[in-house]
Amino acid sequence: MTTATGADVRVVNVSRRDLLKGLLGAGGLVLGVQLFPGAARAAMGAGGALAETFAPDLFLSIDASGLVSIVAHRSEMGTGIRTSLPMVLADELEADWERVTLTQAPGDAAYGDQNTDGSRSVRQFFGAMRQIGATARTMLESAAARAWNVDASECAAQNHEVVHGPSGRSIGFGDLVPIAAVLDTPDAAAVRLKDPSEWRYIGGKGVPLADGRDIVTGKAGFGLDVVLEGMKFATIERCPVLGGAPKSFDDAETLAVPGVERVVPVPGYQGAPAFSPVGGLAVIGRDTWSVLQGRNALEVEWEEGEHASYDSRLFRRDLEREVRKTGQVVRNRGDVDTALAAADTTLEAEYYCPHLAHAPMEPPCAVARVADGKCEVWAPTQSPQTARASVAQALGLRPVDVTIHVTLLGGGFGRKSKPDYIVEAAVLAAVIEAPVKLVWTREDDIRHDYYHSVSAQHYTAGLDADGKLTAWRARTAFPPIGSTFNPASQLGIGEAGQGVIDMPYDVPNIRCEVGAAQGHVRIGWLRSVANVYHAFACSSFVDEIAHARGLDPLDNLLDLLGPQQHVDLDGARYGNYGGSPADHPIDTGRFAHVVRLAAEKSGWGTALGPGRGRGLAVHRSFLCYVAVVAQVEVQDDGSILIPRIDMAVDAGQLIHPDRVVAQMEGAAVFGASLALTGEITAKGGAIEQGNFDDYTIVRMNRAPREVAVHLVESHRPPGGVGEPGVPPIAPALCNAVFAATGQRIRSLPLSRHDLKRS
Amino acid sequence: MVTLRINGREHQLDGLDPEMPLLWALRDHLGLTGTRFGCGKGQCGACTIHVDGKATRACMYPIGSLGERTVTTIEGLASQADQALQDAWVEHQVPQCGYCQAGQIMTAAELLANNPTPDDEAIDTAMSGNLCRCGTYQRIRAAIKTAAIKTAGAKR
Repeated sequence: MTTATGADVRVVNVSRRDLLKGLLGAGGLVLGVQLFPGAARAAMGAGGALAETFAPDLFLSIDASGLVSIVAHRSEMGTGIRTSLPMVLADELEADWERVTLTQAPGDAAYGDQNTDGSRSVRQFFGAMRQIGATARTMLESAAARAWNVDASECAAQNHEVVHGPSGRSIGFGDLVPIAAVLDTPDAAAVRLKDPSEWRYIGGKGVPLADGRDIVTGKAGFGLDVVLEGMKFATIERCPVLGGAPKSFDDAETLAVPGVERVVPVPGYQGAPAFSPVGGLAVIGRDTWSVLQGRNALEVEWEEGEHASYDSRLFRRDLEREVRKTGQVVRNRGDVDTALAAADTTLEAEYYCPHLAHAPMEPPCAVARVADGKCEVWAPTQSPQTARASVAQALGLRPVDVTIHVTLLGGGFGRKSKPDYIVEAAVLAAVIEAPVKLVWTREDDIRHDYYHSVSAQHYTAGLDADGKLTAWRARTAFPPIGSTFNPASQLGIGEAGQGVIDMPYDVPNIRCEVGAAQGHVRIGWLRSVANVYHAFACSSFVDEIAHARGLDPLDNLLDLLGPQQHVDLDGARYGNYGGSPADHPIDTGRFAHVVRLAAEKSGWGTALGPGRGRGLAVHRSFLCYVAVVAQVEVQDDGSILIPRIDMAVDAGQLIHPDRVVAQMEGAAVFGASLALTGEITAKGGAIEQGNFDDYTIVRMNRAPREVAVHLVESHRPPGGVGEPGVPPIAPALCNAVFAATGQRIRSLPLSRHDLKRS
Repeated sequence: MVTLRINGREHQLDGLDPEMPLLWALRDHLGLTGTRFGCGKGQCGACTIHVDGKATRACMYPIGSLGERTVTTIEGLASQADQALQDAWVEHQVPQCGYCQAGQIMTAAELLANNPTPDDEAIDTAMSGNLCRCGTYQRIRAAIKTAAIKTAGAKR
């Protein structure tokens, strides 16, 4: 049922149901939970059907010692979600965080959506976690009331015990467990959620990272750290060109390498790459070094296939041609053509952003074991349910016979949503009939990624004689993510909802268009996805408009945003990141507020030294508003230092503010990397980069020296925070470069431009 | 047969290629997985260990070259100063994904051993060989400074 929190969650006391053996099924008070966020619930029909399909997974147990066990059902890749969501539950429960342990959930639809992607974890599960914790608290209070034979209204949970107000007596949670375990689950309506003023962790100091101590002592378990008895090691030589396959190969020298045991072909995909392996030749042996040496000795002649002529330099011209003509209209207001024809001044600009690779510090990897018709996998995955389905399909098993154990992820950024590497490990384990650890080298990672798409944009604006903006035309073209799943897909309509269609500016005539482009490498989603290139183009263009109008960029931006209002998208199809328009309208007031806040905190308008400049950009993505003022210093050699970045963030209700700050600090660095040097290129269908020497990410000495994050306090429904910090960074930096040098940057990365101090 | 002196213990490994980088011997043969693989060519610092106290990339160091030298990995960090460093890391909530942090801490430990009160430039110089894709550099810098202050205070 939909509860007071608005959460779709059903909580049931399953303490006495012996048949339920889950992760936490070891006696005590055990609450089963079924989560039906959003569409999944709608798909299941009206509430009446739920009783029949009720198959809870165990989310929370409290044993007789008072130890509280909470399932973390989302993947930890650095956002702190493994800490933050259980913390919400613990807060509503009035549990002492010191007496809470976490268990990581395997991939199972019973946990609801586990795809840790789209900056969704908190916004989808905040309400549910509150409801579960509050239900358990209510039961413990009822149990205490029974024990004392008093009214439950006189009993209140407080720091891991229940206190009887009038008498001051108290009983610990553990001692209440036997009584609570036999109580009926209270109706959702009878469960009182805490008032925000009563929160002990949420929205305040939070709690220490669950894995912090293990991380600093080297004990934290990532995917690559998993060891199984009798485990073999594997590495795969893949065709440099997508869709290629071995024509012939000679493995004689490979097999002569000590420690190498065999070479096994891995079949590639049929039709679309999707989540399947790209195929290749696996070298199997006793340790990583042996198989890497063996792989070096492998001689393969490839049939490269249809993408062998892909050249990203030539492809850029194709994209630019595409955005110079009319594309498919995805938003229309008024009459842009007439308005442009009547304009006193028109402004045109073209932008380009290259492919990017995710490059998580832990490359893809997985450990798999197949025996007795069942498969078990240990892997750093953002989406264990997708992994489960993909492995089941590849091995011809039922999903229930596939178990995906989720390790900590050494970074994800969207790469580890795709389970191709997990399928590879599972396929190999089945073939060699032994447990296997699949290791991807850094070169494998950079050359066989699901790349952030390459793109071009063409923007046109019309100004009247008074300098007022009368027309806005935005065109974008890029190989869509859809091309990874259907090679015929060439129009990224969904991606246009990330920074093109949802443009907030108050202009009487607007037209947004999407052009066609074919994918020649696997295209995937990377932290903030199409917002990266669309925010770069849009926020750069707004800065160009300021210059053309002779206005300060801050004044221009606030003027374009206009009065506070909910933006009308003129009937355009727009997903709004799954958020309802009622809870999450596009609010120009929130835009303006973060813009003013970032400007004020950054010292906007005050003088800077020679070679320095400030740039401003604002972007809303994943239901979160982020304004950035970046300060750059252009060196004599044309290189760029970033002395300071100010980020103002309105993400609605904040759950763990320190982790929000951390995500923004990280986004500033991630954004700086892609802006300064991020570029993946292809020639002859093959990716030209391979490691951190030619695909450089920013190091400490070039990273923003100070990132100051300014959080807006709010009790609005939570938005995302993992991704929204990234999009405004690159345009803010490039606008700062313009302020410092007068050079307008219309393509990334900055390292491709010859900058001169003015 | 090769003898490796790691974290105060001797390990004998038989039948391994002397060219095998220490990284893979540690991870695949000795179960010391705190030393991480990130690039395999000394670009990222995730595999940083100490060889005779000097921060070294385990992915580039053949086991056959180690000789009598002693190795310390993240699992073997034990001095008071090292623990103060790890505490500072926890206090500042430095880690995001955490994968690179063992290597970061090993590099920082060597820095502080040689320079107990490093300034920003010294921190930049020492730490810029260690990549963090999550972007925790600002907190790494803060944690190093906190550890430096605490260790200096303890010595007084």
